[in-house]
Amino acid sequence: MGDWKTITVPVLSSDSKNIFHYTSEKKISPPSMNSQVLRLPLPSSKNMHSFFSAFCTEENIEQSISYLNRELTTLGFPSIYAESKGQELNLISIINCMNELLVLQHKNLRAQEEVEMQHLKLGSDMDHLQNCYAKLKEQLELSKREIVGLQERDRQLQSKNRNLHQLLKTEKDEVQKLQNIISSRATQYNHDMKRKEREYNKLKERLHQLVMNKKDKKIAMEVLNYVGRADGKRGAWRTDKTEARNEEEMYKVLLSDYEQRQKQLLVENAELKKVLQQMKKEIILLLPPQKQKPKERSEDGLVLSDPEEDIGELNKENMWELSCETVREQLTNSIRKQWRMLKNHVEKLDNQVSRVHSGTLNEKDVISREDHELETEKLELEIQQCKEMIKTQQQLLQQLMSPCDDDTTLLLQDCYLLEERERLQEEWRLFREQKKNFEKERRSFTEAAIRLGLERKAFEEDRGAWLKQQFLSMSTDYKHSENVTTPSAFLGSCDQDNRLVKSTSQRKPPCMLSGPVSAEPCQTSQYITRNSSSAASKKPAGDSKPNQWVESDKEETE
Amino acid sequence: TPWLSSPALGRQRSVGFALLQASCVQYRLVVRDARTLQILQLYTCLDQIQYIEWSSDSLFILCAMYKRGVVQVWSLEQPDWHCKIDEGSAGLVASCWSPDGRHILNTTEFHLRITVWSLCTKSVSYIKYPKACQQGIAFTKDGRYMAVAERRDCKDFVSIFVCSDWQLLRHFDTETQDLFGIEWAPNGCVLAAWDTCLEYKILLYSLDGRLLSTYRAYEWSLGIKAIAWSPSSQFLAIGSYDEKVRILNHVTWKKITEFEHPATVASSKTIVYKEVEKSPSVETERLSFPPTRALASSLFSTQSKYDVSQVPVSLQHIKPVADRANPKMGIGMLAFSPDNCFLATKNDNIPNAVWIWDVQKLKLFVVLEQLCAVQSFQWDPRQPRLAVCTGNSKVYLWSPAGCVSVQVPMEGKAAAGTSQASCFQNIFPLVNQSEHYHVNGSDAFLELCENGYFCLQKRGVHNEMQKT
Repeated sequence: MGDWKTITVPVLSSDSKNIFHYTSEKKISPPSMNSQVLRLPLPSSKNMHSFFSAFCTEENIEQSISYLNRELTTLGFPSIYAESKGQELNLISIINCMNELLVLQHKNLRAQEEVEMQHLKLGSDMDHLQNCYAKLKEQLELSKREIVGLQERDRQLQSKNRNLHQLLKTEKDEVQKLQNIISSRATQYNHDMKRKEREYNKLKERLHQLVMNKKDKKIAMEVLNYVGRADGKRGAWRTDKTEARNEEEMYKVLLSDYEQRQKQLLVENAELKKVLQQMKKEIILLLPPQKQKPKERSEDGLVLSDPEEDIGELNKENMWELSCETVREQLTNSIRKQWRMLKNHVEKLDNQVSRVHSGTLNEKDVISREDHELETEKLELEIQQCKEMIKTQQQLLQQLMSPCDDDTTLLLQDCYLLEERERLQEEWRLFREQKKNFEKERRSFTEAAIRLGLERKAFEEDRGAWLKQQFLSMSTDYKHSENVTTPSAFLGSCDQDNRLVKSTSQRKPPCMLSGPVSAEPCQTSQYITRNSSSAASKKPAGDSKPNQWVESDKEETE
Repeated sequence: TPWLSSPALGRQRSVGFALLQASCVQYRLVVRDARTLQILQLYTCLDQIQYIEWSSDSLFILCAMYKRGVVQVWSLEQPDWHCKIDEGSAGLVASCWSPDGRHILNTTEFHLRITVWSLCTKSVSYIKYPKACQQGIAFTKDGRYMAVAERRDCKDFVSIFVCSDWQLLRHFDTETQDLFGIEWAPNGCVLAAWDTCLEYKILLYSLDGRLLSTYRAYEWSLGIKAIAWSPSSQFLAIGSYDEKVRILNHVTWKKITEFEHPATVASSKTIVYKEVEKSPSVETERLSFPPTRALASSLFSTQSKYDVSQVPVSLQHIKPVADRANPKMGIGMLAFSPDNCFLATKNDNIPNAVWIWDVQKLKLFVVLEQLCAVQSFQWDPRQPRLAVCTGNSKVYLWSPAGCVSVQVPMEGKAAAGTSQASCFQNIFPLVNQSEHYHVNGSDAFLELCENGYFCLQKRGVHNEMQKT
């Protein structure tokens, strides 16, 4: 499409500079039909005049016009020739066309700018993306390299590991070998030792024979006279009898030793039994009976016999002296059972305790995790609720405290002052209310007065009229006029009274003021009663208030 | 064979109300009154005396002259009574009294046999094939029975004899590679026999020869080094080369607990007493010229006292040499207190320390850290009190109430040199001390006698009591 334009231009213009401009411009511009068309007159303002002058001269004005017309018609503009007058130019249409073209050009310029902008943006985006891409590529490379490195290392380590395994195996083999060597050497050594010892023994034997058997005169004992035995007995000849006696003695020694040991064991056993029995008794006492019963029932088989057994055991204490196997088993079994029960009981108690205490203690207790979590959840919820409650309380307190100024806040420190303040506030409220009532009353009073004035005025007027009428009818009917006026006057006053009562009753239902307008004494009395009742009702409230305050204060400090 | 090679040492015994002290000076045996040191008797032997021993009733004294193979016996009651036992060409390596004090057991060279000589009858008994080991003969506490370790046909045996007539009661083989020692329980009904240090193995036999139990803690590495029965026969403490003490009970013969002996004491419940040395401060105005003997000696001797160290305490320990036989490591000494409440142990890696364990709680109670290596320790038979000696001129006493060091008066040293074999030295009184007990250590000899005297003696020199 660009080509299409470049072809057309050289035909029309001789200025190569312009063409250059034009083509260069056109080349930059995006390939859009509309903008292309409008770009035609786009050359810079400097060359504008020369461009136009070059395009249209005195000689080719007709051709130019027709060319323009043709171009414009092809572009869908109305013909610039007046249709009726042939070659005559339709100025309006030209101007319209020009305007249209200018508008179009503007639009296209904007569009072009936008597009350029977009282009730039896209270009930068592209650059960015390319950068990113490059970076990522680099990273990928790096990662790949790393992976390769790691794989290499892994491989090396594996090979090392394999080597170590191999080494370990060889070492083990070596150890085994060495052990075998040691044991073989040991056996060899022992064998040699034995051989040598045998030789040595032979030598010894020989020596013995040589030394002992040759009737060595030297081997002798010279003694002045034989002395008595230390125990005073005479030495006895060695006979079978003495041998038997020796055996007997030996067994006696052994027996006495065993007896002694048995005695020790018996004593120890008795001690242990005593301890066991005592433990049993204490466990029985310790275990709550209502807990013991279901437990026993829950255990099958042995359960039924257990209570009787207990009684029997308690009665037949001397039975424990018999170390009979069944008795022993009974004792150990029952102790075991009771111990289990006690353990359960203690565990239960522990659970209870932990439930009561906060979660900090739970760590050491033997509660299941779920229980623990449930418990903590519950506690958290509770804490949340409590917090909310505290919040609302604080809000309420602040609301209560907001009307009072700084001086009174200082007074709050003291509970008595607080009470005082409360009372004063109450009084102040009452006073205000009263004031309001007074105001209302006054207003109604003034209203009533105004109305009265108005009525009086009306009455006055009525009277005037009546007097006038009377005066006028003085001459006419005297009786008739008198009958008419009196009921009207009466009616008016009555009406007014009624209205007043109604208004007051409407106005003061909270005060229970049923009396008429001028209810001054009545009001004060009511005030007194109110005051006293409020004081009476406040007394306990006032007593409890400071306490509450203190308590809340405590909570805060805690 | 260590048990035979005891040096010549002096002993004291009470006879009736008298307290006697015997010592040997070359050929002569001197018996003195221990209180006054007045010479009561003087006996002359055939040769230089190497070993003396009182009989259990303190009526006789045995003097052994191993070089000559002769034993001479002297009577305190009848000074002119004499007895000479000649082992002839068989030689003599050890001699001891039987518990009744009327028989003498002589071990010949090469452990060919043990000859039992009677002072009451002309009879002589022979015990063949005695084993040459650390603790090859053991008498029960009541003196009724004697157990002897034997070796024949490359196997270990134990023979139990009745001491009254030396009749063989039981003879049984033990399941050991190389029996190292035997020890009766104080009740005389159980005999503990342990194997050589190459193997951790302890066997427990009844008096009638039945095997009651066998205990092995571990294999391969070096095993048992020393054992000790508790006085109640209830516990058997076994010290081993792995620096641990294992305690077995008398019912199941299984391990109750084991006590480790690390070089650092970390438990805050343990009290660590550390011996510190302090030179005495001399008041110049009290110095006189010429200085008195006591003052002079006190000037040159240092006093030591105990400080309570703050735990954790790092104890001085030595690294055992790996390529030497009998490495200096493991529990080589252990003893129960007479009331069964405490156990004192010594780890040979940490030679300066004595561990005292509370047996009731089975916990470490006290550690004593000395300045020198502990040579020996001994419990007081009457109360929980431990005497420790480190081979210097001090004796250290521990009781649950605390710890003291007692300086041995050094005047004795000045009198030394009467002969090479003996010198007078070191006695000191101990208030309320009325028992007799003695320690036979490898290097030092500590004796506490009935009237409340300690007698400190060193190998190679013979130390006699001297009144302070």
